[in-house]
Amino acid sequence: MALDISLEPEQDAIGEINKYNFRTESKAVFKARKGLDREIVAQISEMKDEPGWMRDFRLKSLEIFDSKPMPRWGGALDLNFQDIYYYLKPTNKQGRTWDDVPEEIKETFEKLGIPEAERKYLAGVKAQFESEVVYGSLKEDLVQKGVIFTDTDTAVREHSDLLRQYFGTVIPPSDNKFAALNSAVWSGGSFIYVPKGVKIEFPLQAYFRINEENMGQFERTLIIVDEGAQVHYVEGCTAPMYSSESLHSAVVEVIVKKNGRCRYTTIQNWANNIYNLVTKRAFAYRDAVMEWVDGNLGSQLTMKYPAVYMMEPGARGEILSIAFSGKGQHQDAGAKLVHAAPNTTGQIISKSISKNGGRSSYRGLAKVEKGAKNAKCNVVCDALILDPESRSDTYPYIEIAEQDVSIGHEASVSRIGEEQLFYLMSRGLSEAEASTMIVNGFIEPLVKELPMEYAVELNRLIQLQMEGSVG
Amino acid sequence: MIETLEIRDLHVEIEGKPILRGVNLQINRGETHALMGPNGSGKSTLGLVIMGHPNYEVTSGEILLNGENILEMEADERARAGIFYAFQRPIAIPGVKLADFLRHATTNVRNPDRKEGEDLIPMREFRAELKEKMGQLRMDTDFARRYVNDGFSGGEMKRAEILQLAMLQPKFAILDETDSGLDADAVRLASQSIAEIGGERMGLLIITHHDKLLEHNPPQYTHVIVGGRIVETGGPELAAELHTKGYERIRREHPEASEANDKNTEVEPAELAGA
Ligand SMILES: Nc1ncnc2c1ncn2[C@@H]1O[C@H](COP(=O)(O)OP(=O)(O)OP(=O)(O)O)[C@@H](O)[C@H]1O
Ligand SMILES: [Mg+2]
Repeated sequence: MALDISLEPEQDAIGEINKYNFRTESKAVFKARKGLDREIVAQISEMKDEPGWMRDFRLKSLEIFDSKPMPRWGGALDLNFQDIYYYLKPTNKQGRTWDDVPEEIKETFEKLGIPEAERKYLAGVKAQFESEVVYGSLKEDLVQKGVIFTDTDTAVREHSDLLRQYFGTVIPPSDNKFAALNSAVWSGGSFIYVPKGVKIEFPLQAYFRINEENMGQFERTLIIVDEGAQVHYVEGCTAPMYSSESLHSAVVEVIVKKNGRCRYTTIQNWANNIYNLVTKRAFAYRDAVMEWVDGNLGSQLTMKYPAVYMMEPGARGEILSIAFSGKGQHQDAGAKLVHAAPNTTGQIISKSISKNGGRSSYRGLAKVEKGAKNAKCNVVCDALILDPESRSDTYPYIEIAEQDVSIGHEASVSRIGEEQLFYLMSRGLSEAEASTMIVNGFIEPLVKELPMEYAVELNRLIQLQMEGSVG
Repeated sequence: MIETLEIRDLHVEIEGKPILRGVNLQINRGETHALMGPNGSGKSTLGLVIMGHPNYEVTSGEILLNGENILEMEADERARAGIFYAFQRPIAIPGVKLADFLRHATTNVRNPDRKEGEDLIPMREFRAELKEKMGQLRMDTDFARRYVNDGFSGGEMKRAEILQLAMLQPKFAILDETDSGLDADAVRLASQSIAEIGGERMGLLIITHHDKLLEHNPPQYTHVIVGGRIVETGGPELAAELHTKGYERIRREHPEASEANDKNTEVEPAELAGA
């Protein structure tokens, strides 16, 4: 096995040293040929030794995928589906300790700081490399309480009744072309079950890494929070920079039952040539709370609109989203709130930053169904544009089928103020420091919602993005 | 050696409109100067240009700090060189805590050669100093956690400007109506603080329409600016005269400057019509 790890940081497109931009020379134990057809899908299913129902689900999904046109809105998608590797198995077994993980993959995650974070403040970790989860852990007391935190492939084998009851119920394959694609070729992702009344204090974290060029990563995550239970799940994603595109297309389904609470935090920093097309949706039942916190940096094109469907009275949905678009990037991000029951409360706060010709779009839906009396829905989206080459658009959709509701929508677009820059510079801050400070101030209302470690990480990532530009 | 800030025959335009038309002024470190003049005469413009505001075009003249021309320097370099301008209308920076901002600013001004990313003043040291200075200004320490000028009352903004002056300890400071918006007690406190902070240690240029600030900071020189030109310079008695009698005599004796001032401040008929 080749063990040569290139640790030399490379300059990326915007001329910065990027700690995520390194590639591991790692030899896959199995790599399906490029392209997408029934044979590949059947092969993935067979490699995973799946039950027949899952194999059928995949093949059915492939048909749906083939029958659906590409989305005509959002960003420019220049994808050749036949030029992608859909399945790459990096190792034969999943490690329970980091020592079980093949050396070069372990080093990858060490460079990314995952084992250290685990020791310090996490209740459990999953690390996915290409198509498979290569490492998994969960604190012993949580295992005792009946918490399940495993990769979705293992869950298909070991918790099949539970999984089958919910899998594909929140986001069916027919939902959209990329949900169908994921349903056909999915691999990896997290499966979480939190039993009644169990409140997990520390976050569970998953880390997704694409290493190979022309690779598709299609993880599939399913989270079930039972009555009165509580969990905070965090995911981080990175990939090195290649000359040709890679694709990341995940499906995330969350079910929060009565009085349950789930917070799902994403901090992604994909390389600038990743297409990131993700479907995320949660069903929140009576008096349940679902929160999405979504930090989108990097990628060539991101299309992602986390959704909360408030299914029963008293449910609450909150979506906080930050998008940062730099040179050559388009973040088409937003959120969806669907009020399907009375007395439900929803809130969207979206902040976008565009710089160096980057483009950010906010695309959001606030929907109140008939009978959802006394629904309250509030949408705030603010955009900050750092230079004349950059761009920001807002596409708010509002559908209301009920009289007795309260809906608020505010949008603002501001250019970084010359007067603000001058004020800060007149007190000795360089132009770069001043603009970073203004940007950090702009997203501060969101960052203060994050646990300390993630807030620090997000600020650091933004700093990196900012440094690439000025001067 | 006495340190000096010298303005030589400074001409400034904005959008092609002449605002300063030959300003000459020399301030030695340790001196206090008052700058007075009718609305729109160019006082704030002078302050902003000394600080390096990018929107004003210097068409001729020089600004010398200890004999060295600073016109090519960016605002941050001027701040690090020891110049400070307390804004007539401070700018809000939402989301940026006053304490964080001040820690960066103080670090940079104290180590002018600091490279980005190098260490800031240690937190403990900075906090102790900030707390002490806020105490002197009777500011609640919670205030340092507020976002810079965001939602501050008029008086709070001015007090925050004085706090920054106290932390940054510049060689030369221009205080632009730092006494406006303050209640009677606050003006007294502010005036005393400025005397303590500035006093002998700084060269002060105080722009004001009131007399309270000058009571505690008696100017050695009073300059009167009209229509973008300093038309008269005198001692403290000149400030006193302007406070009691206004600008009538000055206008009479300097009709050309007075006319230029009126021309700049008059509202165009088109604007009145709402066009
Ligand atoms: N950014 C600008 N754009 C256009 N005109 C400007 C600008 N800044 C200043 N001026 C004009 O320059 C002139 C001088 O303004 P300045 O603010 O320096 O006056 P001032 O002496 O400080 O007045 P005040 O006592 O009211 O504060 C005014 O006529 C003003 O309208
Ligand atoms: Mg003024």
